[in-house]
Amino acid sequence: MTAEPIDTVLLDADSGEAPWQRALRHLVKRRTAIFGLGMVVFFVALAILAPLVSPYDPQTTNWAAVRKPPSMLHPFGTDEIGRDVLARIIWGARASLAAGLVSVSLALAAGVPTGLVAGYMGGFVDGLLMRMIDAMLAVPFLILAIALAAFLGPSLVNAMIAIGVSQTPIFARLTRGQVLSVKHEEYIEAARAIGNPHYRIVLRHILPNIIPPLLVQATLAAAAAIIAEAALSFLGLGEQPPDPSWGSMLNTAKNFISQAPWMAVWPGAAIFTLVLSLNLFGDGLRDALDPRRG
Amino acid sequence: MKRIFAVALLALGLYAGAASAQTTLRIGLAEDPDILDPTLARTYVGRIVFASLCDKLVDISPGLDIVPQLATEWQWVDDNKGLVMKLRQGVKFHDGELMDAAAVKFSLERHLNMPGSNRKGEISALKSIEIIDDHTVKLVLDKPFAPLLAQLSDRAGMIVSPKAAQAAGDKFGEHPVCAGPFKFTERVAQDRIVLDRFADYWNKDAIHFDRVIFLPIPDSTVRLSNVQSGQLDLIERLAATDLDLARKDARLKVDAITSLAYNGITINLNNGDRAKNPLGQDKRVREALELSIDRAALNQVVFNGEFTPGNQWQAPPSPWYVKDMPVPAPDVTKAKALLAAAGVTHPSFTMMVPTNPETLRAAQVIQSMAAEAGFDIKIQATEFASSLDLAVKGDYEAYLIGWSGRTDPDGNIYNFVACKAPPALNTGHYCNADADAQLDAGRTAGTQTDRMAAYGKLAAIILADRPIINLWHQKWLYAMGTKLTGFTPYPDGLIRPQGIALQ
Amino acid sequence: MTAFLVRRIALIVPTLFFVSLLIFGLQRLLPGDPALAMAGEDRDPAVVAFLREKYHLDAPLPERYWLWIKGIAEGDFGESIRIKRPVRDLIFEKLPVTGELAGLAMLVALLIGIPAGIIAAVKHDTVIDYGATMAALWGISIPNFWLGILMILLFSVTLGWLPASGFVTPAESLKQNLLTLIMPAFVLGNAIAAVMMRHTRSAMLQVLGSDYVRTARAKGLSQSRVVLHHALRNSLIPVVTLGALEFGTLLSSAVLTEQVFTIPGFGKLIVDAVFNRDYAVVQGVVLCTALAYILLNFFADIAYAVINPRLRA
Repeated sequence: MTAEPIDTVLLDADSGEAPWQRALRHLVKRRTAIFGLGMVVFFVALAILAPLVSPYDPQTTNWAAVRKPPSMLHPFGTDEIGRDVLARIIWGARASLAAGLVSVSLALAAGVPTGLVAGYMGGFVDGLLMRMIDAMLAVPFLILAIALAAFLGPSLVNAMIAIGVSQTPIFARLTRGQVLSVKHEEYIEAARAIGNPHYRIVLRHILPNIIPPLLVQATLAAAAAIIAEAALSFLGLGEQPPDPSWGSMLNTAKNFISQAPWMAVWPGAAIFTLVLSLNLFGDGLRDALDPRRG
Repeated sequence: MKRIFAVALLALGLYAGAASAQTTLRIGLAEDPDILDPTLARTYVGRIVFASLCDKLVDISPGLDIVPQLATEWQWVDDNKGLVMKLRQGVKFHDGELMDAAAVKFSLERHLNMPGSNRKGEISALKSIEIIDDHTVKLVLDKPFAPLLAQLSDRAGMIVSPKAAQAAGDKFGEHPVCAGPFKFTERVAQDRIVLDRFADYWNKDAIHFDRVIFLPIPDSTVRLSNVQSGQLDLIERLAATDLDLARKDARLKVDAITSLAYNGITINLNNGDRAKNPLGQDKRVREALELSIDRAALNQVVFNGEFTPGNQWQAPPSPWYVKDMPVPAPDVTKAKALLAAAGVTHPSFTMMVPTNPETLRAAQVIQSMAAEAGFDIKIQATEFASSLDLAVKGDYEAYLIGWSGRTDPDGNIYNFVACKAPPALNTGHYCNADADAQLDAGRTAGTQTDRMAAYGKLAAIILADRPIINLWHQKWLYAMGTKLTGFTPYPDGLIRPQGIALQ
Repeated sequence: MTAFLVRRIALIVPTLFFVSLLIFGLQRLLPGDPALAMAGEDRDPAVVAFLREKYHLDAPLPERYWLWIKGIAEGDFGESIRIKRPVRDLIFEKLPVTGELAGLAMLVALLIGIPAGIIAAVKHDTVIDYGATMAALWGISIPNFWLGILMILLFSVTLGWLPASGFVTPAESLKQNLLTLIMPAFVLGNAIAAVMMRHTRSAMLQVLGSDYVRTARAKGLSQSRVVLHHALRNSLIPVVTLGALEFGTLLSSAVLTEQVFTIPGFGKLIVDAVFNRDYAVVQGVVLCTALAYILLNFFADIAYAVINPRLRA
């Protein structure tokens, strides 16, 4: 998980084209971003359509077919207790995507309001909140996630909660930074002068303008969350068998690399593709939203 | 800080000076040992280090007979309430002090009285230790306790240097001084334990290398990689699923022996509210569960057929196995009939499983097999430390757990089913007066025949009540480089350095 | 400048206080009884009671917190229940190990990330940009424990070039020390390389588009000269200070890398301590890493303020 600051992105309200139109134009031009988006959409579709697309039930065991290599019957081979690997990859997409989606949603839900309040109100409240956020950032992200997951108990849901909580400070800090840079703009001052209540200013004037960097960070955070889920599974704290998740599949496969490499290749490739795609898309999005590009 | 620097210098010096003809044996362990103080130590893996570091009064043979080590002869007296032991002469501790009866008395009293001692429960039958002469002690008990010699073949029988122990107090574990073939040189937590040959060891002819380094490497694949690449000479607990690979690898040799350990499903019969379910209350349901599990298939799928299926607290090859109650064959039809008779055709329960890859695999197979008889088992993967706590509190229905095994059969059963057993071990709170009577008979009887008779009767009760459904006994599996010779596996899994040589 | 410094230092105290609360709170939340976990397989009730007494496990929370803080003030970080050694000793033993690993990883990250970022910026929006981007991004897209195991299989088991695991201190053998760290440093540095690349790229783009550089180009200086002499120098400063901030990420990732390669550093110490409920160790180690992170942040802020006086406001 990165703590890099994202440059202030204030969409220019003066050019002829609507900001989102210009962003879209830039985005489409950047091919890696489009590739990334496409792959993400593919995985989401796979996850949603799993019951229709999967050749087998991911939990049906078959003693006779333990650790069989890829074949016509089992295109990705079978795992250590005879389950079809392809089926588990397809169904496992749900767990990995959920890990990305839920964790980030949690982090946004907790971090953005905190950052808004801290940035807008300033003063003592800001100081207090930011010290607490700094404290959370000072503890290495994975340690925090491990401790939380250990406290909550090993399961996918708890891993998502743990990762989400660990990512909250980054969104809080980002939001606050954005609010600070926008707070003194003319249109905000004007809205205050007219007599708008604070909550209205925050929700209707500030928030929409800081969505772009949040969106970028959310995409990148989702990628990090999926990797974090794999990491927690490696330590035995993520999704537990027999439910499939790519991270826990990798964790089981690591002890069979020489005997059954296919057990590891597919989940590894799946994680890699999804995470890379999210990273490419996020980077492309950041580029496209950069106001310096005309 | 200075100590670390000094140790580093020492290590550098040893390295430089001994670089010429020093032979080093590098052993890979599956975990990092805990405190290296025989009185306080608590882990199985620590015993592997002790096998090179601290000799004990008696030892066991691969056939589980008690053989002399620091004691040369012994005799039961006073109706089996006294044990007279003659000590070996000329044994020196690592600090040069001589071992005598006073040292033995000191060590045993240390095991009994030191606060926090983990040995107290093991030899609590000892009332006092008398010194007969410089090389003879008499251990006095208040009632006969057959497992005593077996306890003295483990940490409770390890003799430490009184001078060093008194000087170090409870810091003794940081630099232990015993009478084993190797003496303590250095330890870096989670990295390595280094022991060097003790020149005055009483059995020095059996020792053929100068230094042994223990390296804890928890991941079994990485541990194997190390011995394949030659960085380690010997590893313990090779994964069953890697055995085939290791056999085919020309760089390696493998060895195996059935362990004293067992693994099974412990059922909560009487510990709190969660015991109030069909599984905990009705023994027909438990019998149905046992009949739905195909132990041979379980062994095949999870352990490549390498381990030993079992149904008792002793493995089938053990001399203490009750031969007229063999491992039952699976019978799903009968299981279903039992469930119907019990009035619950689709019993559902949660099985708590520590997050350990092999155990989780086994749990999934059990879940799948039991489903055929109608059981709906939910697997609750729980971190080991949490699972212990939950088990003690009675917050579980079934617990898939094992026991590392003790030389004496009493050590494998008493604490798990006796009414008076510590609640931390008999977590299901099983209590049956008839079983208790047989347990006590097994403890106090004088001959193996008499004890076996008691255990036969005990098995008839326990295997019918099923507080624990035993499923498999693991084998201790070792992989080593081809240059290593003279290794003998023991049922307790410990690596004894005597006889091992590197060509 | 002094006022700024004083204010920044003053902020460290409340942050540290919250860190201590967070760490302490987390530990107490962990289920499972450490005395039971530490009492050994036999779980002798006498031993459990003894451990509870010795480590004040039954005392009320505020009292235990106070005992801990008081101990730290005196330099006593507590004792590891598992192996009965002072936490302070363990920290001194492990810190240099992880420090060396992190340092080498940082080197790897800079060696991969900076050139990739430069190329991506200069050849903006071309295939080369995409290629360099992918090369740097694959590091954060692959689970590092996974990469580690694959590398062990290739370089240790199959080729026999590198040791599969373990660690040798530089004092014992510098060559062995570096050999044991090559793979872990590469695996660890890979992830950070991506971040370095992103920063270098955006900083370079910013500088390349600036008036200063356009003037230089207009004056007739060649592209590469412009890039190397002016753009690079100006964009490296924020990149390197960001490296300091990435320390936190490094430590996070080091946790897994040390597990896979069995490197006896901070990361491994803390993971094992969490699973063993070795409270004192977890608290002590996390406090140290938090302190290091806070200090690094502090110096990074100072560096920024020195470069850009406007930030001192």
